[in-house]
Amino acid sequence: MSQEQINQAIDKEYAAGFVSAIESDTLPPGLDEEVIRFISAKKNEPEWLLEWRLEAYRGWLEMAEPEWAHVHYPKIDFDAISYFSSPKSMEDGPQSLDEVDPELLRIYEKLGIPLHEQEMLAGVAVDAVFDSVSVATTFRSKLAEAGVIFCPISEAVHEHPELVKKYLGSVVPRKDNFYAALNSAVFSDGSFVYIPKGVRCPMELSTYFRINEANTGQFERTLIIADEDSHVSYLEGCTAPMRDDNQVHAAVVELVCLDRAEIKYSTVQNWYPGDAEGKGGIYNFVTKRGVAHNDAKISWTQVETGSAITWKYPSCVLRGDNSIGEFYSVALTNNLQQADTGTKMIHLGKNTRSTIISKGISAGRSSNAYRGLVRMSPRASGARNYTQCDSLLLGDKCAAHTFPYIETKNPSAVIEHEATTSKVSDDQMYLCQQRGLDPEKAVSMIVNGFCKEVFKELPMEFAVEAGKLLEVSLEGSVG
Amino acid sequence: MLVVNDLHATVDGKTILNGLSLTVNPGEVHAIMGPNGSGKSTLGHVLAGRPGYEATAGTVSYMGRDLFEQDTEERARNGLFLAFQYPVEIPGVSNMEFLKASVDAAREHRGEEALDAVTFMKMAREASKTVDLDPAFLKRGVNEGFSGGEKKRNELMQMLLLEPSLAIMDETDSGLDIDALQVVAAGVNSMRSENRSFVLVTHYQRLLNFIEPDFVHVLSGGRIVRSGDKSLALELEERGYAWIEDEVA
Repeated sequence: MSQEQINQAIDKEYAAGFVSAIESDTLPPGLDEEVIRFISAKKNEPEWLLEWRLEAYRGWLEMAEPEWAHVHYPKIDFDAISYFSSPKSMEDGPQSLDEVDPELLRIYEKLGIPLHEQEMLAGVAVDAVFDSVSVATTFRSKLAEAGVIFCPISEAVHEHPELVKKYLGSVVPRKDNFYAALNSAVFSDGSFVYIPKGVRCPMELSTYFRINEANTGQFERTLIIADEDSHVSYLEGCTAPMRDDNQVHAAVVELVCLDRAEIKYSTVQNWYPGDAEGKGGIYNFVTKRGVAHNDAKISWTQVETGSAITWKYPSCVLRGDNSIGEFYSVALTNNLQQADTGTKMIHLGKNTRSTIISKGISAGRSSNAYRGLVRMSPRASGARNYTQCDSLLLGDKCAAHTFPYIETKNPSAVIEHEATTSKVSDDQMYLCQQRGLDPEKAVSMIVNGFCKEVFKELPMEFAVEAGKLLEVSLEGSVG
Repeated sequence: MLVVNDLHATVDGKTILNGLSLTVNPGEVHAIMGPNGSGKSTLGHVLAGRPGYEATAGTVSYMGRDLFEQDTEERARNGLFLAFQYPVEIPGVSNMEFLKASVDAAREHRGEEALDAVTFMKMAREASKTVDLDPAFLKRGVNEGFSGGEKKRNELMQMLLLEPSLAIMDETDSGLDIDALQVVAAGVNSMRSENRSFVLVTHYQRLLNFIEPDFVHVLSGGRIVRSGDKSLALELEERGYAWIEDEVA
């Protein structure tokens, strides 16, 4: 009986799924150099950036799609994807929220994204990306006071070319991998952040992404630079509307964390996962990487509940001595979702430290894999890593896999790895129900408890959202 | 309160209860005793609605309603509480969070408003004192890393907060030292009232020195073979169960 109840609790339609009626200016499907020139021209990009894109494209043409991940999907036809789309009414760019398409604002409202006065209360500046064009950026002036630059990367290209030129591709090179190369060739837009030396960013920076045009690949590009002794916390969250065709998403995020700086990057990801039969979900191939210089710290926290396919390994290159890398992850898969996610901690500097806490939750007929690399280079004396990798199974048709890779070339390095796999037991369900909790609430409570170590790393407002998201992903709108 | 009539029940297809009848009136304390395997714990789980514990014949009415028409959580919200013999751990879910969700579920069911966090916190602290459990336990995961005795006291604390109408205590005394036993007994005694009934499942007469039952029943082969007052428990202590089983046979 309780197994049945668990199944009922996890069979829930995607609550954030709906299709908005905004018209888009979309390029026909297909990719060649002309398309890249079109994108670049559309954004009035300087010549160097066009060349940069073309070089990436040429590299991409010679690369093969990676097949090593523990995910299965029909071969993607990259010529069936449209590589540019922007909401029509955004052509001239709104000067204030009043100029923003009310339909767009209504969608944000529906998603619970506070774009109006609530921003002040939330203390969050929102750079909202609707399809490929940034539509509204707030709190810019307050950030400007602190010297913080937070703008669409397309804008940064024009206004801060020296920074973009210096750092774009410095962490994730153009030809790093198949999807990163594709992104480099066709990236649409994304966020650009620069925190000057010694500045503590006065608020948490947040971006909401949303795919909205059928057959439109999303190629976000984010670049965050924390100059020496600075500090920033960045939040990324997304939800996507119900779709019938699979959508490819290949984002690149680069973090540059200079001496003694700290970057905390938190993600709540809720791309449309497809229906119960796995139809229509997002394919999410993401390259996220940060470089930490001396005494710097990079912390990735992610809550992944969406996408039909997730391929994502937020990584830290601990280049400087005494630098710190952290990875806290909750990945939930349901129905036919497949996730292959984890991290890479590359220890180059002396006394570098890294922590990996990964929580995988599998439900339905899904497959959830953790893949993590810890590499200690010859120079990384005194380096340490701690990895804890826990899997929770709901039901008996799902799967959890763990693929840890450990390479150490320094005898003084210390690496610890712990892994557990457990199930939501009938006895736990019974105890909860005997105390008056319905099965839905019980599952949600048990799963949230399992994720507690990761949730406590999230900024407050995100932690609440993340708990809610798990509930939605597992059932519906439980308290 | 509770009327069990000719109850038959199976666990994983195996017959355990075999024509059990029992009536518990409001305010009464009933002790259920009997040898290992006689069906004592099964009775508690069948009444509470544990998956896999199936009533195959007979009826149970609880507060005038058919018990088997109610889901496990519905029975709980209607005031039926089972103190577990072996409470499971729920890692990462704080005791406080769990308790508040439980109490809120019961209150909502009764059409009452959820308690605010501060009020509930006070109540929970009070309850933890009553059962002699450090309030720090409220912040820990449900039963996570608790000793056997701490788990039992945690069960009692939940009972105090949930204020059930019918509390079934499944061998709450087993594994407790004499001090803990007295704490448990004091907790139960403080809750005795004319509207609340208890069913104490126990192996030993020891508990009944501290909680005086109105009735003592002896379970054997899945049914009650003898009932009496507390003197029956003393007799059992002295003579064991064999003589009753012999008499029945």
